Amino acid sequence: MDLSMLPDGGMRWLDASGPESMIVLSTRVRLARNLSGVRFSTRTTATDRKDILESVARACHKSGQLADAVEFDVPSMSSLDRNILHERHLISRELMGRDGRPVSSAALFTEGELGVMVNEEDHLRIQVLKSGFDLSGALASIERLDNDFGRELSFAFHPQFGYLTSCPTNVGTGLRASVLIHLPGLVLTKEISKVLQGLAQVGLTFRGLYGEGSEVVGNFFQLSNQTTLGKSEGELVDQLGKVVRQVVEYEVEARAVLERDAPVVMADKVWRAYGLLRYARNLSFEEAMNLLSGVRLGVGLGTIKDVDAYTLNKLLVYTQPGHLEDIIGLGVDEAELNEARAEYVRSLLQPGLDDGGDQTEKSSES
Amino acid sequence: MKCENCGERHAQIHLTQIVDNSVTTVHLCEECASDKGVQTGAAAQANPLNDFIASIGMGVGSNISDEDSAIECSSCQSTLRDFRESGKLGCPACYDTFHGHLKDLLRRLHGSNHHAGKYYFADSEESDQARHTRELKKQLKNAVDAENFELAAELRDQLKVME
Repeated sequence: MDLSMLPDGGMRWLDASGPESMIVLSTRVRLARNLSGVRFSTRTTATDRKDILESVARACHKSGQLADAVEFDVPSMSSLDRNILHERHLISRELMGRDGRPVSSAALFTEGELGVMVNEEDHLRIQVLKSGFDLSGALASIERLDNDFGRELSFAFHPQFGYLTSCPTNVGTGLRASVLIHLPGLVLTKEISKVLQGLAQVGLTFRGLYGEGSEVVGNFFQLSNQTTLGKSEGELVDQLGKVVRQVVEYEVEARAVLERDAPVVMADKVWRAYGLLRYARNLSFEEAMNLLSGVRLGVGLGTIKDVDAYTLNKLLVYTQPGHLEDIIGLGVDEAELNEARAEYVRSLLQPGLDDGGDQTEKSSES
Repeated sequence: MKCENCGERHAQIHLTQIVDNSVTTVHLCEECASDKGVQTGAAAQANPLNDFIASIGMGVGSNISDEDSAIECSSCQSTLRDFRESGKLGCPACYDTFHGHLKDLLRRLHGSNHHAGKYYFADSEESDQARHTRELKKQLKNAVDAENFELAAELRDQLKVME
């Protein structure tokens, strides 16, 4: 399967068309589902997994929403292609294989914003990824797909515990909703730890760019629900939504305070970030993320006007190691990777030097 | 990137901590990380529940007698000991086999052990309500047969609410 066959690269959310998309980059909801009467993934045999994959493929074809889905046979892909799908948040580390070797019949079906991972920690991980802050839209989409699947497949369901999952941390609704949110204002005003500490008290948690176990870089956080049992899907999503709305408000306030109290410092910070990105010849991943955060802040404040959200989102994804290796070839060392990163960033940020590839309309307004 | 501790090996562990109100990240190689007592990716991911269970000091592990930990799921042959070690259950039937232990664990993990979300029916001919009632009655009978009176009482309460 050629990755270039994937419309929008499987990342329609990059267009930043969703609500609040300067601060909330994307919204994701996933549901964990298992087939009734079939052992969970840690105990499936190759035959079990093959049967599961066949059933899910049939269900996809019958579902109006994944009928034309692109199918990725994960074990037959190169490790680079797997890494690219992972960097695009389309497959999990689990599906890639913990030791670099995916299990047999591990697969991804994806079409537009929707997708399903097969033979992950659970038999099915149904997911939707939307631009901006759109939890209710995401929940509605995923519910429709879940209903389609539920008619074709027989899910493991328990009257007391709900949808049964391999790990009890997911049981019940099997729902994990998360938003990828950019909070430079709260980090700069040092309010962020208070916000993060408050999350646990309301059953929420935060992670870095890649979910579980990943570090926070470039002031990008993933906020998500921690618990899955005892509340309905709507309640879980509402609760996260309320908190995210509040965090967005705090972030906007923090930015206003920074602009009011230290306008020159702020302007200097964002213009320096922009200058470095436009002219640097060597950028590490961390540095690029931090500078992108600065420019994103500048664009959000209206200080920087000639960069749009689409370009910023694209830079976030395409400056990751796997994507760069895809451009310059495998087996490069870190120095070469850093040079390639700087070159790629320059090509997207220098007016007139844009590669003209898959573009959405660019506007000079922010 | 080089490890910030030894400055020699490649940093693979990126530990983000909140110290004195600011987020700091240290980059360490696996060896230095484990010297510092950071549970590394593979180990930490293998069993996300372990730490949690251990930290509350009353988890699945600690209050299971040797006798209990050998309880085996008739459907997939996994034991309670397997669950304690891996944090993962073997099959859907494990939820009934280990019901007593899971009930308490789930309450601690989620603050509840009753599903309150979408109700699933394998076929849609029966009404939701009728199907739910029938399922509960079946579970109740199983619970009584298995002399699991605690579960039976809970199921009876649920049935009462429905009727």
